[in-house]
Amino acid sequence: MTPDLLVQVVVSGLLIGFVFALISVGLTLIFGVMDIVNFAHGEFLMLAMFAAFWLYALFAVDPVFSVLVCGPLLFVVGVLTHKLLIRHILNAPMLAQIFCTFGLSVFLKSLAQFLWGPNFRSITEPLLGGRIEVLGVFFGLPQVAAAVGAVLATGAVYLLIYRTELGRALQATSEDRQTAALMGIDTERMFTLAWGIGAACVGVAGALLSMFYYIYPEVGAVFALTSYVVVALGGFGSVTGAFIGGLIIGLVQVVAGFISPAFKMVVVYLVYMAVILWRPQGLFGRW
Amino acid sequence: MVRRVSRREFNFGLVGLIGGLAVGCAQTGTPAPGAGQPPAPPAAPREVKVGAIYPLTGPVASSGLDCRYGIELAAEIVNGKYDLPLPLAREEGLPNLGGAKIQLIWADHGGSPERGQAEAERLITQEKVVALIGAYHSSVTATASQVAERMGVPYVNAESSSPSLTERGFKWFFRTGPHDATFGKNLFDLLRDMEKKGVKVRTIGIVNENTLYGSDANKITKQYAQEYGYQVVVDIAYPANTSDVTSEVQRIKANNPDVLFQVSYTSDLILFIRTYKQLDYHRQVMRGDSAGSDVPQYAKALGKDAEYAVTRAAWSADITAKRPAAKAVAEMFQQKFGQPMTENSARAFTGMLVLADAINRAKSVDPEAIRQALLATNIPGDQTIMPWQGVKFDEKTHQNIYAQGVNLQIIGGQYYTVWPFDLATREIVWPMPKWSQR
Repeated sequence: MTPDLLVQVVVSGLLIGFVFALISVGLTLIFGVMDIVNFAHGEFLMLAMFAAFWLYALFAVDPVFSVLVCGPLLFVVGVLTHKLLIRHILNAPMLAQIFCTFGLSVFLKSLAQFLWGPNFRSITEPLLGGRIEVLGVFFGLPQVAAAVGAVLATGAVYLLIYRTELGRALQATSEDRQTAALMGIDTERMFTLAWGIGAACVGVAGALLSMFYYIYPEVGAVFALTSYVVVALGGFGSVTGAFIGGLIIGLVQVVAGFISPAFKMVVVYLVYMAVILWRPQGLFGRW
Repeated sequence: MVRRVSRREFNFGLVGLIGGLAVGCAQTGTPAPGAGQPPAPPAAPREVKVGAIYPLTGPVASSGLDCRYGIELAAEIVNGKYDLPLPLAREEGLPNLGGAKIQLIWADHGGSPERGQAEAERLITQEKVVALIGAYHSSVTATASQVAERMGVPYVNAESSSPSLTERGFKWFFRTGPHDATFGKNLFDLLRDMEKKGVKVRTIGIVNENTLYGSDANKITKQYAQEYGYQVVVDIAYPANTSDVTSEVQRIKANNPDVLFQVSYTSDLILFIRTYKQLDYHRQVMRGDSAGSDVPQYAKALGKDAEYAVTRAAWSADITAKRPAAKAVAEMFQQKFGQPMTENSARAFTGMLVLADAINRAKSVDPEAIRQALLATNIPGDQTIMPWQGVKFDEKTHQNIYAQGVNLQIIGGQYYTVWPFDLATREIVWPMPKWSQR
């Protein structure tokens, strides 16, 4: 492997890793605060991608701008999900909670197929098309834009959670629901917020991905599984963990894929299992 | 009353239940007309149930839908009266079965071999279909046809291209469409013909998805590469539905083959082509898959980036110049479903028509009679909408020996037949232009 090829592979891995990170941050946030795994996370992503696609196809709004629409839009979807579904199963058995979000995932997939058909779509002429070449290393411009956008969004979420009053309230709720409520924190509001922000993360990620990825009703599954691995690897509920985990998985997947394409997912899961054996709580998990 | 039925009983029962009104009457105690006399031939059923198993949901649902449209149109042409040079078009229903209509029973396997198997069982035991058609994915066809084989029900496959399916030598399995060996050979024939034109090709690369479909295609490509004297310098099997293929493309680029053979499903293909562009890989791509070529949205999704890759196909829209029936059918298709007829639709359409023709010639819904009729099938090419010499099944493998493919290129947003050269509607563009020069 020549050095510039190595650089190319590493860069490609990091670029996709940033996007994995953002998706996983949304997932880990919901889990951290609620103790509920959102199995419809991939479908939220799919909805965001379709939103970006339709804004592009109908109103010629490029994903670079529709990010600003898709984020808030998915925030609303997240809030609605909590208000209409999750609120009612907060104290239900875990199995009921799993089936609730899993059912939502099947529903959203089928709805998308019903409304928009099973066909593949994509944004053919994104504003940031083409690629740039730096010393023989190619950067796809949409990929770079997506990575930058993902870093900014992840940073924003990080600041919100660790540097604001609201974020401290979220952390407190995630740590101990009852005590937080006793301290005067409106936990119901925190739950709603967690769903909103968690979904908004994939809203942003979806719009960013739509710049270079194909869009169809099943596209969520491709990313959802990876993001579950990232979350478990980084530690459930840890934003930092999800970020680092995303980068690790992105990197491992691309580097392993270069060395032996048939086994790339095998290596990804091996790394995951090794970490879990060594630190069952994940890299940055609290428990 | 529900009771378990043995397989033998079941096979008899199939005829009895669907075909034999008289038998049915006698069993339930109602005096049958002419009771006591030698049994009259069973009255012809008014409807003949055919089970169709396709991926109607899931990642490949768009291709499944194309197949479904093709089959629905074929059934409509058989059931109605149309002035077309196709079998059973000019008569209403199946004339030898008293004008019985084809009734399609649909089942969705969503791309899963297990579900395909379960659905085949359900269609045969509960819906009592007389024959099965499907299932697009080679891996699903493999399991679903095993059920049919076990239960003794004819199974027609029109679009799965894994050669191993017919190599099993099943008694009840028939394939109308060409398989990857034919397709693969056609691509190498093109390479050989290009060399006659002065194009030099020494090394090839292979990239394929790693299920049965891709691995079989990989095997065949390697086999032909050896036969035709090309060196395989890079050979990559990747997991389908992956989120990123940068590493695969890097690897291909590092080994730099003269020509790249690719076998992918549509979603992966879109990702690959975009990654080729991103990483500036521009060697000639030969697509040994039917993915994408059969999904009109593929070309739409990729826009100009979809152009110039050579792809094999069992059917192309410009075949209408050679086959008058194809033109009429393609127009009907467009009108009925609001989208152009695709290779998948055409193959499924032909499969259904061949099956209907066999049931008609069998003069009954007895599975063995249908099987014999399928074996005796001999439809000339001009009575199909395909670029074939016709439909005739090999005695042992039950593969249509006349099935063959064409090679296409998208140029200016449209598919053109570029090989065989004497059938070409447009000169081949070789090699693919660099990305910067498009």
